[in-house]
Amino acid sequence: MTAVISERPDVRPVPDPDDPTAHLTAEDIENIGKELDALREEIIASRGERDAAYIRRVIEAQRKLELGSRGVLLFSLFPPAWLLGTAGLSVAKILENMEIGHNIMHGQWDWMRDPKIHSTAWEWDNVSPSAQWKHSHNQIHHTYTNVIGKDNDLGYGIMRVSPDQRWYPFYLGQPLWNFVNACFFEFGIAAYDLELGKNLQRGRRDDPDFRRRAQQVLRKIRRQATKDYVVHPLLSGPSALHTLSANFTANLVRNLWTHSVIMCGHFPYGVDTFERSSIKGETRGQWYLRQMLGSANISGSPFMHLMTGNLSHQIEHHLFPDLPSNRYAEIAPKVRDLFERYQLNYVTGPLPKQVASAWRKIFLLSLPNDAAERVERAIDGFGPAKLLRGLARRVRLV
Amino acid sequence: MAVVAAPWRGAFASLRARAARIAEYVTTPVVPSDYLDMISPLRASADLRGRIEEVRPETPDAATLVIRPGDGWRGHVPGQYIRVGVDVDGVRQWRAYSLTSRTDRRDGRISVTVKAIPDGVVSNHLVRRVQPGTLIHLDQAKGDFTLPAPRPRKALFVTAGSGITPVMGMLRNAVDELADVVVLHSAPQARDVIFGGELRRFAERGQLRLVERHTDVEGMLDLAELDEIVADWTERETWACGPTGLLDAAEKQWADAGVPDRLHTERFRPTVVVTGEGGQVTFSKTDTTVDADGSTPLLDTGERAGVLMPSGCRMGICFGCVAPLRTGAVRDLRNGQITTAEPGDDVRIQTCVSAAAGTCDIDL
Repeated sequence: MTAVISERPDVRPVPDPDDPTAHLTAEDIENIGKELDALREEIIASRGERDAAYIRRVIEAQRKLELGSRGVLLFSLFPPAWLLGTAGLSVAKILENMEIGHNIMHGQWDWMRDPKIHSTAWEWDNVSPSAQWKHSHNQIHHTYTNVIGKDNDLGYGIMRVSPDQRWYPFYLGQPLWNFVNACFFEFGIAAYDLELGKNLQRGRRDDPDFRRRAQQVLRKIRRQATKDYVVHPLLSGPSALHTLSANFTANLVRNLWTHSVIMCGHFPYGVDTFERSSIKGETRGQWYLRQMLGSANISGSPFMHLMTGNLSHQIEHHLFPDLPSNRYAEIAPKVRDLFERYQLNYVTGPLPKQVASAWRKIFLLSLPNDAAERVERAIDGFGPAKLLRGLARRVRLV
Repeated sequence: MAVVAAPWRGAFASLRARAARIAEYVTTPVVPSDYLDMISPLRASADLRGRIEEVRPETPDAATLVIRPGDGWRGHVPGQYIRVGVDVDGVRQWRAYSLTSRTDRRDGRISVTVKAIPDGVVSNHLVRRVQPGTLIHLDQAKGDFTLPAPRPRKALFVTAGSGITPVMGMLRNAVDELADVVVLHSAPQARDVIFGGELRRFAERGQLRLVERHTDVEGMLDLAELDEIVADWTERETWACGPTGLLDAAEKQWADAGVPDRLHTERFRPTVVVTGEGGQVTFSKTDTTVDADGSTPLLDTGERAGVLMPSGCRMGICFGCVAPLRTGAVRDLRNGQITTAEPGDDVRIQTCVSAAAGTCDIDL
């Protein structure tokens, strides 16, 4: 599960059963890179009107759904209106955060040169200001994907999601931390983007840059809360309290959903992590390989893909974070074929299975590795413990 | 202030401002206009847009677009041009076209006439593919290639190809205010003359003297022939519009004759940005200019020159380095693709994977 730097000779090395890339030569890895570059060019060459119409259609549908749902919630005193409005608003918020906000802020639609649908201009329905999210997500997470100590998405700084991360007693509570984080995920993201844990330590609190960014977050929280918990309830008159509870519920549903989808991206079984030293002097091919091994997909229907913002195609997204999300589905079979030809493990599964897999890891890794191994053996019988298999696995990327 | 507004008007304005603020709280993080744009994209307070309501072919390779401008349209002076932003293959492209409509149209619509140039991405799209009903983006009219008041006693228009379009804008609006008009127009053949029928009708009615030069048969116009064609050309207030070669020659001719002030020119420049390997890069906000080669990312170029460049992953994936390219050409180092920009095009580039492909100006 961990990569380490090592010289990779151009002759096939003695296969190491714990290294999923042991059978690849340096040339293989560069060829993987070339194939993926060619795939990227293919999509860029055919990117056009159809794609532009797609994102505009999704944005328009989302806005109509949000407007309609909020309209219905003006009468949320009536239970059917509350139910319908809350369901609609939840879906609208999910679409806004995932298929629209996340992907626009990735620059997936910058090529249209539409100043309104642009990574530099988009602000999303989330308490984390887009500028801060873009830094921690696009720059840190997507560049250093699954590198222990560099990619804070590995457990968000509150959890241990790889046996190679060191255990501290704090992690005993991580199933609870994860549940709380799921419920208030947008605040979790904001705190994470602010690197709150690190920055609240003595000596850092007064850093002017941190204070400025903290103020931006507070302003955004105030605006978001005023909208959902003051203005819209007041507009609902006698339905005020019901609208307030509806909006709270929609935010909760959105938080739980996005948290679950995002957990499936890098935490399920079969996803590899990498040692800090493994990315030194990383080539383009090696970077691609790390993205391939460090991400997991979710299988499902087109509607399911839409609701996950196509992050169900996490592998394809990590290979090509700036290609329009509507094209990942068409890339996926080609990427999967590449995995098969190079005998790599394409991690995918239905949402419930992947969510369960991630949660299982979070429960088990709340314990130190040896205890986690014993528990897993007790659950699974006497087979090899899956969790720790390959704990010493060395993915030699360099 | 000298004028005291009616008190109710002030109250109304402050009420409106307050309502607008509340509306912003209702729609945050987007703004109310994002919703209004879905219902009423042509309202006065919106970014200026227009709807193409009619596409009328003029010649085999030119067409007139009749556009319903948004309520924010402030009108134009004949001879002026507008910049049009149109999505071609999903990408917003801006081009300037002369207005050819009468300014007093009762239906409030305006028109531009576009000639398709070979390989012209936008012109071919507008002439051959665009459908009535399409929404486009507009700028207010600009340009000083217009008729003065009072009108000149004698006027000469020297045009070629689509250079007739701003002149047609003037003639349709003011031909009756001009006592003595000569139009000297060049086109390959009679059927290529944009507005040919209308110009000939003006001539038949005696409103102007039309000299058509069909260059496929008669060859290109040499301004040395001007003395024969329009003997009193030095006495005429002249407007010239056409290819660069014609305008350069005209400027020389009028200067040599000692009447450079009589000549007014409008340069139509098809968007041809000279591209090559590397070039001079200007960071306009920091007023820094450096020479860059064709393989160094502009991010590195800027940083080395001491410009505070936004940056991120430095490998083209995070979009943390995106900056506006005001003018010029850059090449994507990953695939060699060229991106060009002219002022107002609103083109933004990833500096970490773009190198200079000619002179360029970055707004940093």
